[in-house]
Amino acid sequence: MINLKPVERKFISKKIDTFFIDLYDAFQFVIRFFKEVFKPPYEVKEVIKQCYEVGYKSLFLITLTGFITGLVFTKQSRPSLADVGATSWIPSLVAIAIIRALAPLVTALICAGKVGSNIAAELGSMKVTEQIDAMEVSAVNPFKYLVVSRVLATTLMIPLLMCYTGFVAMMGAFLNVHQNEMTSFITFFQQAFDKISFLDIFSSLFKSIIYGFTIGMVGCYKGFHASNGTAGVGKAANQSVVLSMFLIFIEEILIVQITNSLRPW
Amino acid sequence: METKNEQTDPFENEISIMDLYKSFGENHVLRGVNLQVKNKENVVVLGRSGTGKSVLIKIICGLLKPDQGSINVLGKEVELLNEKELQQLRLQIGFSFQSSALYDSMTVKENLAFPLVRHSKHLSKKEVNQQIERVLDAVGLLQTINQMPSELSGGQRKRIGIARTLILRPKIMLYDEPTSGLDPITSIEINNLINLVKQEFNTTSIIITHDLTCAKTTGDKVAMLFDGKFIKQGTFDEVFSSDDERIQNFYKYNFIK
Repeated sequence: MINLKPVERKFISKKIDTFFIDLYDAFQFVIRFFKEVFKPPYEVKEVIKQCYEVGYKSLFLITLTGFITGLVFTKQSRPSLADVGATSWIPSLVAIAIIRALAPLVTALICAGKVGSNIAAELGSMKVTEQIDAMEVSAVNPFKYLVVSRVLATTLMIPLLMCYTGFVAMMGAFLNVHQNEMTSFITFFQQAFDKISFLDIFSSLFKSIIYGFTIGMVGCYKGFHASNGTAGVGKAANQSVVLSMFLIFIEEILIVQITNSLRPW
Repeated sequence: METKNEQTDPFENEISIMDLYKSFGENHVLRGVNLQVKNKENVVVLGRSGTGKSVLIKIICGLLKPDQGSINVLGKEVELLNEKELQQLRLQIGFSFQSSALYDSMTVKENLAFPLVRHSKHLSKKEVNQQIERVLDAVGLLQTINQMPSELSGGQRKRIGIARTLILRPKIMLYDEPTSGLDPITSIEINNLINLVKQEFNTTSIIITHDLTCAKTTGDKVAMLFDGKFIKQGTFDEVFSSDDERIQNFYKYNFIK
């Protein structure tokens, strides 16, 4: 029988209490999003502004990361395939890896770091400087203006960024293949898409929507509940990135299991 | 003992608070607060830091929920209002924050336009601009219209914060430490502005402060908060002519400081 000292028991029960209270708060936060999202007035201008912030301002980082991912993945796969004389499989192998896994994951992880932390820091700083309270007392719904607009923006833009990452990564892969085998652009893409099914594209889009929603929601939740001044803002941004990444990997495992169970083999 | 020498009929007062209690965990901040504020009256709530002054006005505008007690504002029981009714009530309450709480990412003009365009959708762009200019002129900061909050001084930020609340023409103004962190001259300017707002906009106000100059200049009535209760209410001279040691100490240390 475990015999904990009273202090330890109190500490553990406090931790468990806090965990379940936080979990309940987060659940309420998500429910509130679905209640508010369909209720007028719609903050269309703010959603467009946030789409610009999430999408356009992430393009440079996404281009660089996507291109290098495609290039390096192809380069690293080549020796193993060359050993068994299967370099002609490279385009389809790379396409499967990029479209099924790398593009959604790389986009989501980059956005969790760049967009999620930005949202948490921005809302956190608004919270600790009473700007959110100021909105509330001037009879503007801060949840609708700040949270709904940002979550919608990430949910809409991350699937688009994923498509773009996929394209750029394939271009990186093409560069390596063309350099080594002089394969033409059309041949490369014909071979690449030969093994790609509708289910692959659909599941990647679906995953990206879920990742986008997760990143927006976690960033907003952490920012909206920031406390203890500037240190709290930094903590919120940090926790937002860590929690988003953790949830993205959990979601990846679940969605891959579901998608694989739908495959015809 | 708390003084209860006034009429407590909520319909005669714009703000009526009865037996208000609020705790944060083990910290019992408000322990049975009673306060009546009449139409177009400036009431100053004085007290040391951490006595629950800011908590009191946050409860009045519904930012915090009380544990117990009744808060009647403009004839409405705040704790019984649903979200829509609370928003309607908030349109009649202006809240000037201690930190000014200006939106960092917006210019002064956008800060003022933000609540106005959401609640006065019938106004044309020209009318919105005119109202912004009128309010900025009233607080003497028309020249800052296109500046960002980060480019303003502390006193200017306070004035713009007040202007942002005035743009919706509130009936009640709640000032949270309006002169904290300001030099004496800027503090006097803010005190004069509070009096000007009362005259020009016909507002009823609660001013939270620990600055005695602010209390004397702006308050029609002063209420002294100590240990979560009002220990004395009256005019400035009535309150500070009291023999209560706590009040005398507060007066003495304010000037020694």
